[in-house]
Amino acid sequence: MLKVLKSGFFTTIQDSGRFGYLNKGVPVAGYMDSFSASKLNKLLDNSQDAALMEITMTGPTLLFEEPTYICLGGADISVTLNNNPIEQYKIYKIEKGDIISYGRLKKGFRNYLAIKDGFKSVEVIGSRSFYYPLTDRSHLSDPSELKYESCEDYDAKISELKVDSFLDERVLHVAIGPEFGLLGDRQLEQLFSKDFSVAKEYNRMAYQLEEKIQGHSHSMLTSATLPGTIQLTPSGKLIVLMKDGQTTGGYPRILQLSDKAISILAQKKYGDAISFKLVKT
Amino acid sequence: MSKFSISIRPFGVHAILVEWPNEVDEIILNDILKFKNYLETSCLDVKKWEFVAAYNSITLILRKEPIDFNRLIPRLKQWHGECGESKAKQKYLWRLPVCYDTDFGIDLEEVAEKLSLTISELIKQHTENVYTVYGIGFLPGFMYLGGLPKSLEIPRRSTPRLKVQKGAVGIAGEQTGIYPQESPGGWNIIGNCSVPMFNPKDENPCFVNVGDKVQFYSIERAEYDLYKIEGEVGIYKLEKTEWDA
Repeated sequence: MLKVLKSGFFTTIQDSGRFGYLNKGVPVAGYMDSFSASKLNKLLDNSQDAALMEITMTGPTLLFEEPTYICLGGADISVTLNNNPIEQYKIYKIEKGDIISYGRLKKGFRNYLAIKDGFKSVEVIGSRSFYYPLTDRSHLSDPSELKYESCEDYDAKISELKVDSFLDERVLHVAIGPEFGLLGDRQLEQLFSKDFSVAKEYNRMAYQLEEKIQGHSHSMLTSATLPGTIQLTPSGKLIVLMKDGQTTGGYPRILQLSDKAISILAQKKYGDAISFKLVKT
Repeated sequence: MSKFSISIRPFGVHAILVEWPNEVDEIILNDILKFKNYLETSCLDVKKWEFVAAYNSITLILRKEPIDFNRLIPRLKQWHGECGESKAKQKYLWRLPVCYDTDFGIDLEEVAEKLSLTISELIKQHTENVYTVYGIGFLPGFMYLGGLPKSLEIPRRSTPRLKVQKGAVGIAGEQTGIYPQESPGGWNIIGNCSVPMFNPKDENPCFVNVGDKVQFYSIERAEYDLYKIEGEVGIYKLEKTEWDA
């Protein structure tokens, strides 16, 4: 068992998400920054479906009751193992009684803690990803416990990865969305010549952007939306749907983020600047 | 051969959107469902692809790899041409119990007054109609139901509520529906359905499919409480009949 002594601001368990229930309105969920999360699972030789801990802004304090191996990455946060600072994308052996403690966030927004063979939180319709109320919890609280399987001797093929940080990247690659054709010259200029910043309303469901563009009066029938879909509201607000985002919507879907762009945006917080660059699909 | 012309276009690298004319029309919905069934049974690997049908569109999603659009778009056109002979999946009519007690129907009196109906006329009209499920989305198990009679059309509440109860039955604009979980919401609440629309513990967590029919029937508070208990212990039996139209 893992004892969650302090849970942090919003700590969840996430795997690669749910498959096969979009037609019943169930969001994909899963790790927001799939770029960092999948690197960590790879480093530990885990399957890409192994569940990691997603740490948001301020992290937890964790007591391990079984030996295992861990590594962490994503947002730049100072983290200690028994009070000794540890590095990102490097495997650490954990002994019974070890304590991992998260400190100050330096850059980015979401950090991932991967564990050998993944966390064993309850599987609900094919995934361990927290998504309330499908799962009983929306995030970890303290004190609480989490299951994982003990691992005594793991012979890692590589013990650390060199990962180029993308936390400073601010250009999001986008493809045209289904309703891109509705945009006029003025809106196109506003979209691609200016910077935008993350508004106060941002979470695992969606990131709203602070700066508006010219609005519209187009009404359309409800249709599918995806993680990374950018919706334009009649008043000109831009809403970027993320992993817990709704599966259908009625606002024009003007742009679609690339996979990498979703990971880049997932590391942004209130006030951070971004811009869009149109690429061909 | 289908009589509708469809538009097929990429929606990012992992999805492709197929659209029919921009209308709420059951004939269109049926053509979509026929095509969907043909794709699922004869054309695409359902272990890799997901299909979201709603109103006048179907979106095909291949999450774990990029789509080869040059190859797929012509094939989709061909498959749509071929699917005329195939059938849509069996549809069902679901009869769902709703308690229109004013404890649940917190806007019932106000709505009746605005629509110049008595409460019992309002309930009668709401339960007489058979609604079509045009989509499922917004929340797990939330149905977009079409077919609300003109006489029950009423705007959304000017200020949305921060909390609408699970099971709340609402009307707004041309739509009616059930909130499958507690959530914020702007619809006018007229009752509560005792059957959970989404149960993550079931293998099939949401019994309704797009294209199915829904009809409500009015129950007393005591029946509501009974069905609720039966639902919790898993002995409540849903009323469904095959729908062939």
